[in-house]
Amino acid sequence: MDILLQPWPWYVSGPLISLILFLFFYYGKSFGVSSNLETMCTIAGADKLSDYFKKDWKERDWALVFLVGLIIGGFISSSFLTTNGIDSINPETVKELETLGFSYQQNSYVPDELFSLDAILSIKGFSLLLIAGILIGFGTRYADGCTSGHAITGLSNLQLPSLVAVIGFFIGGLIMIWLLFPLIFG
Amino acid sequence: MKYVRFLFIGILFGIILSKSEAISWYRIYEMFKFQSFHMYGIIGTAVFTSMILMFLFKRQYIKDYLGNPITPKTKDKHYVKTLVGGTIFGLGWALAGSCPAPIFVLIGNGVFSILIVLFGAIIGAFIYGLLSNKLPK
Repeated sequence: MDILLQPWPWYVSGPLISLILFLFFYYGKSFGVSSNLETMCTIAGADKLSDYFKKDWKERDWALVFLVGLIIGGFISSSFLTTNGIDSINPETVKELETLGFSYQQNSYVPDELFSLDAILSIKGFSLLLIAGILIGFGTRYADGCTSGHAITGLSNLQLPSLVAVIGFFIGGLIMIWLLFPLIFG
Repeated sequence: MKYVRFLFIGILFGIILSKSEAISWYRIYEMFKFQSFHMYGIIGTAVFTSMILMFLFKRQYIKDYLGNPITPKTKDKHYVKTLVGGTIFGLGWALAGSCPAPIFVLIGNGVFSILIVLFGAIIGAFIYGLLSNKLPK
């Protein structure tokens, strides 16, 4: 039990993620998460505004059940499986974050500077999270996949478009962290 | 009730993403700063073991629960959209520290401000849908 409560090392977590991929394929589905964002648009009525969303969302209702599972899984982990805390990150990274105005909080997955109530009630804080979301939603749909669909499923299936997508993920991520973070938070 | 298996798969994935710290904003920052092997180790081993699975699917050593062969879909060979779309997603991934699955897992972990990111992501997918036939592929 104690092993479960510790942070899990990468060489355990990675193969477990492929177990999830296996279960998707075994039950006749493809492993991916971002297409659910489109399903949610359709449910919210986007099919009345654009033909792109004229899809029968009931064909993907099983995936919405999966999303509910993700939320429950996060709840179970935080309530019962994280009593021994979260690993700390590289001390060098902590120092660099401090120069950007982020004080590192051990045992939190997200920084208060972006996710606390105070932060999201400021115009800057709210806009940053909203813009990040728009970039995620637009980008994953334009690229036709996210980390699960392209990086895990696509790369392991030797799909060249997925390699190109993952290169894009890193171009975007590196631009954000190395160029834009000092401008936004510096 | 026939979907209960997907509920359990979701719960399992939610726990794995939490305990592996792949949902940690700090881990994503550290990854893009090349200051830790952790995330590369997770993605690397996930891809490696998935490759073995894909091989077993294609050789039909593993079939689906109905006994049918598993044929993973090939991705459309559109490179502008994957590169540009991927780059746009990368910007958001690094800023929010979260890709689509972790958004939901973080809600379960009590990070309710991530709902703003989820709301944005739905708007983003909507904007893409409106523009989809005008954008280069």
